[in-house]
Formats: sequence, structure tokens, C-alpha cells
Amino acid sequence: MRTNNMLFIDPHAHMTSRTTDDYERMRQAGIVALIEPAFWLGQPRTEAGSFKDYFSSLVGWERFRASQFGIRHYCTIGLNSKEANNEPLAEQVMELLPLFICKEGVVGVGEIGYDDQTAAEDKYFRLQLELAKEADMPVQIHTPHRDKKTGTIRSMEVSLEHGIEPGMVIIDHNNEETVKDVLDRGFWAAFTIYPNSKMGNERMVEVVKQYGTERIIVNSSCDWGISDPLSVPKTASLMLERGISEADVRMVCYQNALSAFGQSGQMKESDWLDATTVDQREKFSDNSVLRGGQTPVVGEIETSGDMPSNIIR
Amino acid sequence: MYQVDIQQIQPFLLRLLHQIAAPEAIDWLSRKLKQVSASSGTGKEFYLAFSSVPRYMGKAPLQLSEADLAEAQRLRKGFNPANWTTDQAARTLLILTLPHTDKAEFLTQINKLFSTADMGELVALYAAMPLLPYPEDFKARAAEGFRTNMGNVYEAVALDNPYPADYLDEAAWNQMVLKTLFVGKPLFRIYGIDRRSNARLAHILSDYAHERWAAGRTVSPELWRPVGPFIDDIIIKDIRRLFDQPEEIQHEAAALACAQSSYPEALELLKAHPQLKNRIDSGELTWDLIGAETLAAQK
Repeated sequence: MRTNNMLFIDPHAHMTSRTTDDYERMRQAGIVALIEPAFWLGQPRTEAGSFKDYFSSLVGWERFRASQFGIRHYCTIGLNSKEANNEPLAEQVMELLPLFICKEGVVGVGEIGYDDQTAAEDKYFRLQLELAKEADMPVQIHTPHRDKKTGTIRSMEVSLEHGIEPGMVIIDHNNEETVKDVLDRGFWAAFTIYPNSKMGNERMVEVVKQYGTERIIVNSSCDWGISDPLSVPKTASLMLERGISEADVRMVCYQNALSAFGQSGQMKESDWLDATTVDQREKFSDNSVLRGGQTPVVGEIETSGDMPSNIIR
Repeated sequence: MYQVDIQQIQPFLLRLLHQIAAPEAIDWLSRKLKQVSASSGTGKEFYLAFSSVPRYMGKAPLQLSEADLAEAQRLRKGFNPANWTTDQAARTLLILTLPHTDKAEFLTQINKLFSTADMGELVALYAAMPLLPYPEDFKARAAEGFRTNMGNVYEAVALDNPYPADYLDEAAWNQMVLKTLFVGKPLFRIYGIDRRSNARLAHILSDYAHERWAAGRTVSPELWRPVGPFIDDIIIKDIRRLFDQPEEIQHEAAALACAQSSYPEALELLKAHPQLKNRIDSGELTWDLIGAETLAAQK
């Protein structure tokens, strides 16, 4: 795989579910920063305290863990659509959000939106849009797996109804069927390169060839499912191989994510360009990513871009 | 219920911010302060403003003159914002602006902040403790602060902060002093270190020195600062041992400890080191000097 030692941002990665091997490979493949949207954890939570500790871990331990591998970790904080359906719990989570969404390194309210498109989902989506508007923060919107096109359009219309600028909204998990509607309305269109379901990266190459690079963003959404934390660098490599220019690849695999989420005022290129070394001797609340007998890595991390195949179908 | 006149400390902090922050930043803060002073219920405006402070106010160090530092001392004995940053000062102003006539409501909001705080927020909260209303209600929280392993949070609660000396009970105070040595931070920056010294602490520190010596490790000369006034038949052996160490700074610490003591053998030991005694009498050799030299040697 060849990526010309380019730098990448993965603006959608659920690192809580990933291992240190993933962090190591991501950094070697050129990922310098990533954004972890708050989402569900595979099964519904039953207590508000679980959300509080989850949010705390996104701004605390997970950020530290990433730093140990030379990656800057940011997050978006929100009540996801699936768990919005438990209304008594949702009410309590809504009370927690103002404590978290403006913290350092939080780059938006997310991922929020629709799943089954129920009345409860709609209610908490709207409340969170208002919160984002009040805090002047970008919004990261999850679009549904089922009845996707309707849900995508509805989420944009509701955003506009609440007076949110399209440029402050990142619509995620797009495909060939939704991209035009999203771009035409002036929203950011993110694509999740996720094996066997959302998008393959050969399709992604064709999308960029057809629609160009303006407001298009590539991410991995790697999580606890079968997913690939190297989706962004692999897609970049495939794009270069298939004749897309390096400047265009940089736009969709780095710059657009920075421009969109940088509107939070919480994410700057200097955050990682000025700090390129790691020190695994550091500790967070006396915890280390190292276990007995492991030797800490101290110093610069090299990008090698060495991977067996760059195609994700 | 007050440690400080809030009506006086607010304009003081605002003036410090005016000296360094951009006009837009001050405008933002003024708007938020107005909102927070009128807030009620869920405290949403307060939490949003408190957490987003670095985004609007930055994190530059405040620039305090000697007169500013004297003014801080006048407003609250021991209050020392010399190492404060703009985000800290702004966050402190927000807390002091929060309505606090309803004690339970005020404490609920502050405790919620603590339990969800990130590192920068914890630093601001702990350093603001000597200014908060209802100081008696933050003792357990302060003790939690020095259980942290985050270095800058530890410094915010333990160093240059008059709250622990004024409010912690003896057991908690002693733990704090011991941990400060344990994590290699300077004792001379603990406010009230001499005033709160006690016999129990002196023996805890003596035991700790023995542990270090048994392991072949060095002992900070600052350790003996709270020990001096409580030299007795047990501790005098430690002092004799200090005079036998090769490093001059250990002799200086031993002499300073003796100078604080009325134990006869300690006075004799001091007499046997007339040069050190002269330096102490002239005010040249002090515990603060030992502290500063120890700190400089670490770097």
C-alpha cells in the first residue's frame, strides 16, 4: 500500500472498543488525529451513571491512551438515537450533556439523529440540536441503517428548522443514494468505509470521481463490530492508485474533517503538528497502557504505510 | 460561611483578566457572568459556560505585579494566584457568581462539577477552594484532591493554597504533607507548613525518613522543616545522622531543625556548628532557601 507518507484524520472511530494494536497500526498508517463520537455500546445502558462514566472516559482515559501512540483523540458527546428510546433514562442523560459538550477536545454534539425514527428519537434529536446551537458547536449526525434516505433527508430538514447552519452539520454514513441530497443542501457528507455493510472503498473512489472533494469526508466508524480501523488510509491509498490526485485525497481524508470539526474551536492542526513524539512512561491517574515487563516507547513514531491490501468491500 | 468578601474578590479577578485577555474574551465572560448570576434550576448555562472557558479565554498565565499579589493577600490571607492562568481566573469568577443563598443547591452544583471535571477544570476548582462559600463543606473534597495522581491537580490543592491549612483536620493535613514529599513536590510552597506542624506529623516524617534510608534512597532536606519544633529523644538521633551526611544541604537542614527546637541536645548540636548558626541568625539560611535549592536540584 502506498500513501506517500500522507497524514490522515479519522473523524469517526469508536476507540473504546479497540485495542492498542489498532492504535499502533493507525499511527503507522499515518493517522494523526481521530474523533470518537459517543454512541451505544452494543447493548442498552440502564443507568444514567453509565453514561456519565462513559463520557468521562472519552475525555479522560481514552484520550490519554491514544496519546501514548502518537494520536490526538477528540470526541463528540451526545445521546445516541437508539438509547433515546428509553425516555426516563434519556431525560437524565440530557441533564448530563451541558457538563460535557463544551469540555476541551469535545468537537461537537454527536452522534445524534434517527435510528427507528420514533417520536422519542425525534424529541431528543431536536433538544440536542438546540443545545448545539446554544453552545455554537458542530453536529455529527448518524443516519439510519433502515429507511436511510428518508431518515437522512428528515435529519437535515429538522436541523434547518432549528436554525442550524448546514455548514455546522456533518451527515454521516452516506452512500450513493444520499450523497447528492446532502451536498445540494450544503451539509458535510461523511462516508463510512465499513466492510460488508455501509460502503466499500472502491465505491468511495467512484463517489469522489463523480462529486469531487468539496465537503466530502471519509471515516472508518471502527467499533465493536467487524470493522477496519485502517479504512481511511486504505481508501486514500486506493484513491491514489486509481488516479485521484494527492491534493484531493488530502481534502477528503484530512482537511475536510479538520475544517468541519475545527469550527468547534477545540481542534487545531498545531495540536498534532507541534507534538510528534510520544512518551509511554507517562501515567493517567497512575494507570499506564504498559503492563509488567513492557518497554515504553519514547520518541518519534514513523509512518510506514505498510499493509497487505488496501481494498475493503 | 465566607472566607472572603466575594464582592471584593470579583472585581480583583476581573481586573487581572483585563490586563491580559482580549476584549472579545472579556465581553464573552461578562455576558456569561450576567447569565449565571440570574440562573436557576438545572444550572445548564453555568455548566456550558464553565466548561467552554478555555475556548474563549485561553490558558495564558496571569501577569501579577507585587502590588497585585499584596492585594490578593489582603483580600484573603494566603490567597496566592501567582501561578494562575486566564481560564482558571475566569472559571473562579463563574463559580463565585453562581447564586449561593440556597446552600444545598449551591453544593449540589459544585459537587456535580467536581464529579464530571476534566483535568483543567479540576485545577481551577481546587485552586478556587480558599474563595468558596461554605468552606466547611469542602473538607472531604480537598482530601480527595490530594489522593489524585495527576500532578497539576495535586499542586492546585496542596501548593500555594491556604484552604488545607485553614480547614483540614490533623490527620488529613499530615497525609497531605507526607504525600507532597512522596511525590517529590516542594514543601515550602505549602501554605501554613510551619503553623500546622505537629508532634504526630514529626514522627510520621521521621519514620518515612528511616524507610528511605533503609532502602538506600535520598531524603529531601525539606522533610525536617515540620520536624524541628518536635525534636525529642527519638528524633534527635535523626538530626545527628543528618550532620554525618556528606551533603552540606543536609547539615543546613539539621541546623535549621535544631534552631526551631528547645530540646537541650539540639541546642548543643547547633552550638557545635557556629557557622551554620550565624547564617541562621543573620536570616541568610532559611527553610525557604533549602526548599528552593532542593527544587532547583531536581530540574
